[in-house]
Amino acid sequence: MDALPNFDLVRPRTLDELVAARRSHRDSRLLGGGTDLMVNIRRGIVAPPVLIDVNGVAELRAVKADAQSLEIGAAATLSEVAAHPDVIKHYPVVAQAAAHIAGPTHRNMGTVGGNLALDTRCIFYNQSEWWRDANNHCLKTTGTICHVAPKSRGVCFATFSGDLAPALLTLDAEIGIVGPAGARTMPLAALYIGYARQDEPVTETRGDGKYFLALRPGEFIAAVRAGNTPGLRSAYDKIRIRRSIEYPVAGVAVALRRDGQTLADLRVAFTGTNPRPVRLAGTAALCGGALDDRVWKGLDALVRDQIMAMKTTFTPGHYRRRVAAVLARRLTARLFAG
Amino acid sequence: MARILQLTLNGRARTDAVPDNVLLLDYLREHVGLTGTKTGCDGGECGACTVLVDDRPRLSCLTLAATVAGRRVDTIESLARDGHLSAVQRGFHEKLGAQCGYCTPGFIMASAGLLRRNPRPTDDDIREALGSNICRCTGYVKIIEAVQHAAALHATGVSP
Repeated sequence: MDALPNFDLVRPRTLDELVAARRSHRDSRLLGGGTDLMVNIRRGIVAPPVLIDVNGVAELRAVKADAQSLEIGAAATLSEVAAHPDVIKHYPVVAQAAAHIAGPTHRNMGTVGGNLALDTRCIFYNQSEWWRDANNHCLKTTGTICHVAPKSRGVCFATFSGDLAPALLTLDAEIGIVGPAGARTMPLAALYIGYARQDEPVTETRGDGKYFLALRPGEFIAAVRAGNTPGLRSAYDKIRIRRSIEYPVAGVAVALRRDGQTLADLRVAFTGTNPRPVRLAGTAALCGGALDDRVWKGLDALVRDQIMAMKTTFTPGHYRRRVAAVLARRLTARLFAG
Repeated sequence: MARILQLTLNGRARTDAVPDNVLLLDYLREHVGLTGTKTGCDGGECGACTVLVDDRPRLSCLTLAATVAGRRVDTIESLARDGHLSAVQRGFHEKLGAQCGYCTPGFIMASAGLLRRNPRPTDDDIREALGSNICRCTGYVKIIEAVQHAAALHATGVSP
């Protein structure tokens, strides 16, 4: 009656123990809430010989938020972040994004680190072993073609769907990473390398739906940090076919500053569309004037250029791109109004 | 590898030898024999396997048994006391919150978790709290009525 393949579980109590466990088990995976990893183990997508349960590591569980800065440990649960009064007050986009993830029971389990490093998804990938085998597998596992884009020449288009990433990207967050070579910090935006490059080798800064994180072997996210920008208004919204549990058609985070009648700053980021969460480039050029047609048209053009939703789920790509644009407009108008 | 798992299950201390790769769901059903917790989708999509861990709803089909060491786990079997149904059980029974009944233990545990932290939930609170559970029979209307009724019963002193 074994539902799961054999593996050993390691339960460190401190960050040092976690790093040591990681060092001695090179093929290990970190276990947070298990809401994604356990499903993938069950479906034979991954088979790590060792799981390291991070939930007992107190150093990774802290949530600190005040008017100056935000710091969230990777093992903090999504429920904790969504309900944290100071996150709600000073970083509403983060609390709202956390509250939009899956369903309430999932949020009691799922962790911030797990959501930031969430595996990319695809209708040809998140399937049982026999289903994938019958379909001759795909690029993201052991196959040779991407069924979403059979002419993709080795590029995987699986979609990133985590909700916290776009929210934190609008705050210019950075992540603390711990690994065998020690600790390092990088901008959150640099973590995501799912660019779906063509005719280029995968590098540490450019990958696709399969190689979508810039983490080196053995490294893991320990915390995410962001500063506060005075006057920044922010919010998160997403459309799903069903309002809970389901993965996004598109999710959008918007942060902006209003100075009188002037749009002084605009930051927009998306999830559920590309192999990485996309912080829209070029929004600075839309600022400096009123929130008028020029901004809406410019925003639509940027979405059209940078949001590349493929048929990785049962809603078509062009529909998801339109939903993304509409959500971005809606949130921007709402935040500007007040 | 197997390990010794100590936990408080339905109010009683328990110790078992459990392999690392056993899910809480299979531990409850196969090792302990508590089959009230149901196996549904096996992938965290339906909520039929919901149990309370330290009073918070959790999907037992995605939780390793070894990770609940030292914690309080409550299943549907813990609710009725001395032959009396709990407020949520009575709510589902008296307001016809169950049809085929397969999802019901999960819904009841998610609802019990809600009433333990929020004894006077609004309709929106109830809908939100049941967002991780799926029912393919009722259309949810009777389930929400059942939880409203349960909250009213709870207010008269019936345990959730």
